[in-house]
Amino acid sequence: MDDGIALFHMEEISKRYGGVRALENANLTVQSGRVHAILGENGAGKSTLIKIMSGVVAPDKGRMALDGKDVSFADPAAANAAGIVCIFQELSLIPHLSVADNIVVSNPPTRFGMIDRRAQRRIAEEALARAGGEDIHPMALVQDLPLSRRQIIEIAKALARKPRLLILDEATSALTASDVAKVFSVLKRLRSEGLALLFISHRMHEIAEIADDCTIFRNGRNVATYKAGSKTDNEVVELMIGREYSNVFPSKPAPKPATGAPVLEVRNLSWTQRLTDISLSARAGEIVGLGGLDGQGQRELLLALFGVLRGVSGDVLIDGKPTKIGSPRIAKSKRIGMALIPEDRKTEGLMLPMSVMDNLSFAGLGNFARGGIIDRTAERRAAEAVIKLLEIKSDGTKVPVGSLSGGNQQKVVIAKWLMISPRIILLNDPTRGIDVGTKQEIYVLLRQLADAGAAVVLYSTDYDELIGLCDRVLVLYDGAIKRTLVGPEITERALISSALNIDVAPDASPRVLA
Amino acid sequence: MKDWRFFFAEQRGTLLALLIFVVMFAIYGGNHPAHFSANVIQTAANKGVLLAFVAMAQTFVVLTAGIDLSVGMIFILCSCLASYVVVGTPLESAGGLVLVLLVGLACGAVNGIIVVFGRLQPIVVTIATGAVFFGLALWLRPNPGSTKGFNSDLADAFTGKLFGVVPASLVTLLVVVLVIWVPYRRSVIGRAAYAVGSSEVAAYMSGVPIRRAKLVAYTLSGLLAALGGLFLTFFTYSGEASLANGNTYTLFSIAAVVLGGVSLFGGKGSAIGAIFGALAFRTIGDLLFVFDLDPLWQPLFQGVVLLLAVCLGAARLFQVRNRLDLFM
Amino acid sequence: MSTETTRPSEPAWRTLVRRLDPAVTIAFGCIIVLLLLGSLYSSNFLSPEYLLQQLKVGAFLGVIATGMMIVILLGQIDLSVPWVVTTGAMMACAAASYGPIGVALAIPFGILCGVALGLVNGFGVAYLRIPSMIVTLAVNAVAQGLMVVYTGGFSPQDSATPAMRFIATGTTILGIPNALIVWAIVGAMLIFLLSRTVFGRAVYAIGNRERAAYLSGAATQRVVLFAFALSGGLSAFAGELLAGYASKAAQSMGDAYLLPAIAAVVLGGTSILGGRGSYLGTIAGVILITLLQSILSVMQIAEFGRQIIYGVVIIGMLLLYGRDKAMR
Repeated sequence: MDDGIALFHMEEISKRYGGVRALENANLTVQSGRVHAILGENGAGKSTLIKIMSGVVAPDKGRMALDGKDVSFADPAAANAAGIVCIFQELSLIPHLSVADNIVVSNPPTRFGMIDRRAQRRIAEEALARAGGEDIHPMALVQDLPLSRRQIIEIAKALARKPRLLILDEATSALTASDVAKVFSVLKRLRSEGLALLFISHRMHEIAEIADDCTIFRNGRNVATYKAGSKTDNEVVELMIGREYSNVFPSKPAPKPATGAPVLEVRNLSWTQRLTDISLSARAGEIVGLGGLDGQGQRELLLALFGVLRGVSGDVLIDGKPTKIGSPRIAKSKRIGMALIPEDRKTEGLMLPMSVMDNLSFAGLGNFARGGIIDRTAERRAAEAVIKLLEIKSDGTKVPVGSLSGGNQQKVVIAKWLMISPRIILLNDPTRGIDVGTKQEIYVLLRQLADAGAAVVLYSTDYDELIGLCDRVLVLYDGAIKRTLVGPEITERALISSALNIDVAPDASPRVLA
Repeated sequence: MKDWRFFFAEQRGTLLALLIFVVMFAIYGGNHPAHFSANVIQTAANKGVLLAFVAMAQTFVVLTAGIDLSVGMIFILCSCLASYVVVGTPLESAGGLVLVLLVGLACGAVNGIIVVFGRLQPIVVTIATGAVFFGLALWLRPNPGSTKGFNSDLADAFTGKLFGVVPASLVTLLVVVLVIWVPYRRSVIGRAAYAVGSSEVAAYMSGVPIRRAKLVAYTLSGLLAALGGLFLTFFTYSGEASLANGNTYTLFSIAAVVLGGVSLFGGKGSAIGAIFGALAFRTIGDLLFVFDLDPLWQPLFQGVVLLLAVCLGAARLFQVRNRLDLFM
Repeated sequence: MSTETTRPSEPAWRTLVRRLDPAVTIAFGCIIVLLLLGSLYSSNFLSPEYLLQQLKVGAFLGVIATGMMIVILLGQIDLSVPWVVTTGAMMACAAASYGPIGVALAIPFGILCGVALGLVNGFGVAYLRIPSMIVTLAVNAVAQGLMVVYTGGFSPQDSATPAMRFIATGTTILGIPNALIVWAIVGAMLIFLLSRTVFGRAVYAIGNRERAAYLSGAATQRVVLFAFALSGGLSAFAGELLAGYASKAAQSMGDAYLLPAIAAVVLGGTSILGGRGSYLGTIAGVILITLLQSILSVMQIAEFGRQIIYGVVIIGMLLLYGRDKAMR
């Protein structure tokens, strides 16, 4: 920090999308050999910031300097050439190409004008090794690999470009705890080699572990820059949301005595090799959590319940009656009343170019239609009611839902399912990539829905959510339920140890064991 | 190492197309009165090579997740042009030949420029440019025919047999594959085309030269269509601005590409697969002939086989256990 | 689309302006420009007789484009139009030769044949997940094969029923051509279907993101099946109108309608990728294409020139407003 000229510096950068202000007079300075964390709610301007830094979008005004010299990037390739490489939140891997092809994609080694496959393979293997992905075969197609492996490839790909400033945008959000540890050791080594790292994450403990400097963004401006560890979590969160941060989770009601048949009961459900002999039940008023490491079958379990998967064995009972659910259309029918808030709101939850209204009413369209003809007055009334209930902020109901912020989009996904007044609500990591304020609103809403008599099944990658929100947590490991935690048993230690499928000695740290 | 398994997984579509072709051709040759004589193979090759060139042309564009509905028209335009310029002395003829290829290249480049810089969808662009190309063909050849002094010796050389055995058209096809396709497939720009076809957003994020990749793909597509047109004129000694013929070749090229294991969604497949797809598709059309059926039934037969062939591709659906995998 | 409801606080004219799609506005603007250009050539272009005549001719294309639009809104395409049109015409005429009952049932029978072919398309796309471009191509080939076998390769001798002729060529009130009235009815039904029904909403949803539509519990497969059946039925119906217009069916009578139908839909601002577009735009597109063809032929421009101008105009108009967003 003391050699005067920073590696990268941006000053008074502004960017608007249509009428929406994404960045306004933002400043940032990044030093070599340090990890700089960027914090902020969704919509605070973080994504725009890194898109500008890496040449994906052009700023409306302001200046950027590298080594003290003014620069501007026409496209990502130009930024890469200057030594700024970004690992994006939305993966930038090409599905039909092999791992090695992907790693060298922007600048393949050539010989006589042709791609030198042997050199390419060597570069790929080196980069994979540096990124902690020695087990990935360089000839495998990316589309055949799971999300966590792809994230490792992303990092390898970035390293193969010999960056001076590496930007990681939520790069760890899809990783399991052991993969995160690996990535962090890689990042620490890179830092000691003199690389500058810009690290964006919503996970506070990750930032605490790796960051040297932090900058907080709010409403498109940088509101604070400080040395890591010099502020408490509460102070940080207050700076992020600009208001007091307290009582994130609504209080849990006292456990009620079990009466009658549960709304949803599953007996011995299995599917291919991914789900094995799963039994669970959810009663009205209950929030049942699904825990475990990412990719242990939680997503598949929710899809199986919702009628998406073929060849599912075992029984599903609704109100104690065996029921066959063969498609989402059947799942949402009146007699079952099931809703699924899917994993990816952009491709599974919403039709982004369609209006807020069309999206809100789509799942429950049957309620406003007679003989297939829509009663638009009823539709509008219902939509306005849920908009009010969930405090969805949008510029009217006719704007494309894609123009809303991430948090509000997620609210629309939830709201559209409230239109069918569901009795069973399945949620697949509904708060991933959502700002703190909206998260809290969603927690309160889920508890309200449960109190009003819904059975909620929630899969979350965030342990705090499982602890703070759920009445019971089923921990999955390798497609089977490893452990059921009830009430006060739901602790971080219990969740982590059962997620890793190990029994923790009272004083051992699970992270070390992993 | 299990490298070879990855290799086969990648080439599955191409190998399947090869298999279909071999089976079809075995049935065809086995039932042909003259069996696998050099003449039978030559005739089959000449017919097949025409479609093979057009199918290759289509492949370049389809790999980038585009579609070229004007290949048939470029094919016709270049055939009409060739009937004018492939004339006179060997040197003049060679000059004419080059001119035809350059015009094909230019047509492809026009498509590419409009798609890339005009940011229009390829399907509509090529519908429109197809009309323009056909108009030009009609201007050249309002009536079918050829110009006096058409170099039929050159034509015969390209459609005859080398050493009395090997069809020259097949050799030309092989040379084109070796000189154009193989280097392209292994070049940076070829890799970029696959990347663009597989995921344009990811390719952009990765700094892949998207525009150049598309431009080159469309331009090469025009070149290959021109080669096809050249051969059409070599066979017929004349040019004809036939709308039906142009449309048929466009449509057949798509069929051949699909049979050849090239994904219409882009990023997957190879021109070699498309060539076998084209040869197989042609053989299907000729199967009726060897079984002595009324030629009236040929269109229906071809249609039904095509329909069944594409339905076979749906067999993979039965393996899909997660219905979400059905929606790409 | 008018799926939206008016905000009470807004004055009506402003709502109207806000709702105007730039594509539709430009398309109608181009129609006026075309008419003015034409009137410089001959004052006939602005006479009501000429305009009505154009609308009548345009009605045939309009009915086909209506079906095409539904399919394009789904993000698919129907390339089987040429021979479904012909099949509808030939089958209706064929039915007419079976006595009075045949004459009475000719129109429904022809439509039924089109619906059947459309169902095959829809089944292939919705249930077998074959790309629509290839399955409709195959169905087109099958329909062609069936008709070739049926007619023996010659133009059929059966002629159109009086009812078909009446609809296609007659006039009712105030000298308005029946064909135009038919198009108006078909169009009104489609507008209602798209804006006011669950089916219409699902069409837009599937066109935008089929995965999300499926996970929302929409009957995606049935919607796609129905859309293709509708497109097939409308194409066949248009074929009957054409047969009525010419008093009989002919081979390849539908060939001239595929590309104009796609062009009309796209010029009207419907995205070829699906999910976006209004019927008002399609009407504009149909009129535009019809006028363009008419003016070019009235001005006695040779066929080749017409083709070229036609292609250039489509590209030019799309460059005006059909461009995709730039990536940055």
